[in-house]
Amino acid sequence: MPPIDAEILARLQFAFTIAFHILFPTLTIGLGGFLVFFEAKFLRTGDEVWYRLYRFWVNIFALSFGMGVVSGIVLSYQLGTNWSEWSRITGPVLGPLIGFEVLTAFFLEAGFLGIMLFGWDKVGPRLHFLATCLVAVGTAISAFWILAANSWMQTPQGATFIDGHFVVDSWFEVIFNPSFPYRLMHMTIASYLTTAVVIAGISGFYLLRNQNAEIARPAFSTAFWALLVLAPLQIFLGDQHGLNTLEHQPMKVAAMEGNWETRSHAPFHIFAIPDRKAQTNHLELSIPWGSSLILKHSPSGVVPGLNEVPIEDQPPVGVVFWSFRIMLAIGFLFLALGLWGAWSRYRGNLFEDRWLQRFALVMTPAGFVATLAGWFVTEVGRQPWTVYGMVRTSESVSPTVTAEAVATTLVLFLIVYGGLFGAYLYYLVKLVRKGPNPLSVGEEGERPEAIRGARPGLVIPAE
Amino acid sequence: METLAIVSAGVIAFAILMYVVLDGFDLGIGILFPFAPDEDARHAMINSVAPVWDGNETWLVLGGGGLLVFFPTAYSIVLPAFYIPVMAMLFALIFRGVTFEFRHSAHTSVHLWNRSFFYGSLVAAFMQGVLLGALVQGVNVEGVRYAGGMFDWLTPFSILTGIGVVAGYGLLGATWTIYKTAGKVQDWARGAAVVLGGGTLVAMTAVSVMTPLLRPAIAERWFGGLNLLYLSPVPFLTLALAIFLFWSIFTKRELAPFLSSVGLFILGFFGIAVSLYPNIIPPSVTVWDVVAPRSSIVFALIGVAVVLPMVLLYTVYAYSVFHGKASEHGGYAEHD
Repeated sequence: MPPIDAEILARLQFAFTIAFHILFPTLTIGLGGFLVFFEAKFLRTGDEVWYRLYRFWVNIFALSFGMGVVSGIVLSYQLGTNWSEWSRITGPVLGPLIGFEVLTAFFLEAGFLGIMLFGWDKVGPRLHFLATCLVAVGTAISAFWILAANSWMQTPQGATFIDGHFVVDSWFEVIFNPSFPYRLMHMTIASYLTTAVVIAGISGFYLLRNQNAEIARPAFSTAFWALLVLAPLQIFLGDQHGLNTLEHQPMKVAAMEGNWETRSHAPFHIFAIPDRKAQTNHLELSIPWGSSLILKHSPSGVVPGLNEVPIEDQPPVGVVFWSFRIMLAIGFLFLALGLWGAWSRYRGNLFEDRWLQRFALVMTPAGFVATLAGWFVTEVGRQPWTVYGMVRTSESVSPTVTAEAVATTLVLFLIVYGGLFGAYLYYLVKLVRKGPNPLSVGEEGERPEAIRGARPGLVIPAE
Repeated sequence: METLAIVSAGVIAFAILMYVVLDGFDLGIGILFPFAPDEDARHAMINSVAPVWDGNETWLVLGGGGLLVFFPTAYSIVLPAFYIPVMAMLFALIFRGVTFEFRHSAHTSVHLWNRSFFYGSLVAAFMQGVLLGALVQGVNVEGVRYAGGMFDWLTPFSILTGIGVVAGYGLLGATWTIYKTAGKVQDWARGAAVVLGGGTLVAMTAVSVMTPLLRPAIAERWFGGLNLLYLSPVPFLTLALAIFLFWSIFTKRELAPFLSSVGLFILGFFGIAVSLYPNIIPPSVTVWDVVAPRSSIVFALIGVAVVLPMVLLYTVYAYSVFHGKASEHGGYAEHD
């Protein structure tokens, strides 16, 4: 067995690299869908505003997609370098799921991304639209496989543990494991919600500064329609996901609730400082019966407590407890933002409501915070297991890799990803400040023949 | 099950070969970057790979992912064994990958990203060569686990293969540039291809001489009995291709130098496969020792059989969309 510090370092490293990575797919899964919508609008109406909107947001898509690719490649190898025991034990189950992700999603995205970005003057408008659709579908397929793999680690089924590794009995059961449909829906909606808020925030920024209003208005309006539908839907799905977790991973829910004793009439803690050593909370501020009402829909409902299992089988409570509250708070802020937008639209001043635009602007990064918090709940809440109830995290780590090596690469990841994130934000801000290309369809700067043939007859001649 | 193991190894070998050839030329572009005649040449070079690099690199994920799919135990032995070169390769790939998106947005910092592209490509190529050498020379395995230290991979042989892969990728990059550009850049690329072609051949020869000396089993494979006869065309074919390569450069062919460089890589790859078979991790682990359970292999192979032909079809299509010469204006200049 490796010393405990090598395990902690490997966990920190993986938590950091995968948390960094998930920021970018969260945006590209959602933005892929919005780009399909923008281009479809352009093709149907011929209104150039949608074309410009597409060209503006596709730049942000490309920048984020590139970050997702480079940070994703790291993960596909890090599973082996840092978690070699896990790879050997779970490889027969999770390997093919990841393999299918590469085959059906990564190649599709990569193959058509080039056409999406650089192909306007190389292929016709319909084919270009098809490329956009295929890239968007690729991001969704990618989410499907990787969430199937992740969900199997949360709620494993369909495989037997024989001779030191898993052997699959039923692929259908492996893929459609109990938590998968909930996680897939919850994460996909999280992506769209995060993207809608980003679009609302950046468009709100333009409206506040009276810049680029012609593209900011349709984007702002689209984003608020999406927000109005998705924010309540996400709260409903989150509740369903929580009930599913209660059934299959009761200790995760106990940590989310900060509930130490199995009991009825359990309160919901708005604030508490969980103390794992003392197996109790400090400074509780609670809604009586809240937890029982949410989880069992009855005050007398019995909810599980952490002390059902020995302390070494309990997840770290503080991280799970607080991440859950951060996610929840942001979810309800999104609901408020969506309702406010609907109210402004109803009163006819959606584009003039400065406070709404300011609210949208400050919320721009909130979706990412909520998504990360959600992942912290589900991943830290799974501890001390990598495969819930079957394989411990301590049994998953690479036994021969030294703590020094993991510590060194951890520091390097912190430095390199820190610098990278700074550069990403710098170029993102630069793109936003520059705004959309003011040129019309058919005027392509150095290449006047660009997108030649796109909607013949609709091409507006250069002025 | 034995057949399934061989087919699975074939799938991984195919993915790695595709990776080496495809990402080879775009890593090669990066290796040549600082030596290009001017900034316009660099624009043209990076534009010639910008629409396709992401797809090229996906083959690396398929290679690594494929190992986890078909030979999870091999994956779990090799990656900790090669922890340092793998991590160095990953960091290098990050630096060169982000260059594609950052460089064209940059004005004052273009030089910074040029450097990031060069060093990223150089270190990634070198580490891939080191990994190749480290695998061929053998890995210390006990049971189902790696049993060596953190630095077992570092030997003169693995450094030699590292240098060889840098030269080889440089050759692929130079011949790709000949194919995708014209005029001054193309002339410069011809000169670079001659130098790197020479370097690649020297490295290939040195590795070919040293490999049978690593282990008697490899010498036996090449020189034992009738194998000598069966395998004798390999060096002659290599020599013929090398001559064709230089002839095609000097007679100013455009596509032939690239194709003959790819041919050299395929022959080298075949030579390594011959030396290793049936080991997946020499000297002791064979493909059937570590093959995944049948249910995993069958499921994955069905996926490969259905999806991989489609992947190849649309990859060819994506390349064909961007056929013809790249210029300093295309690519990212348009994507704004």
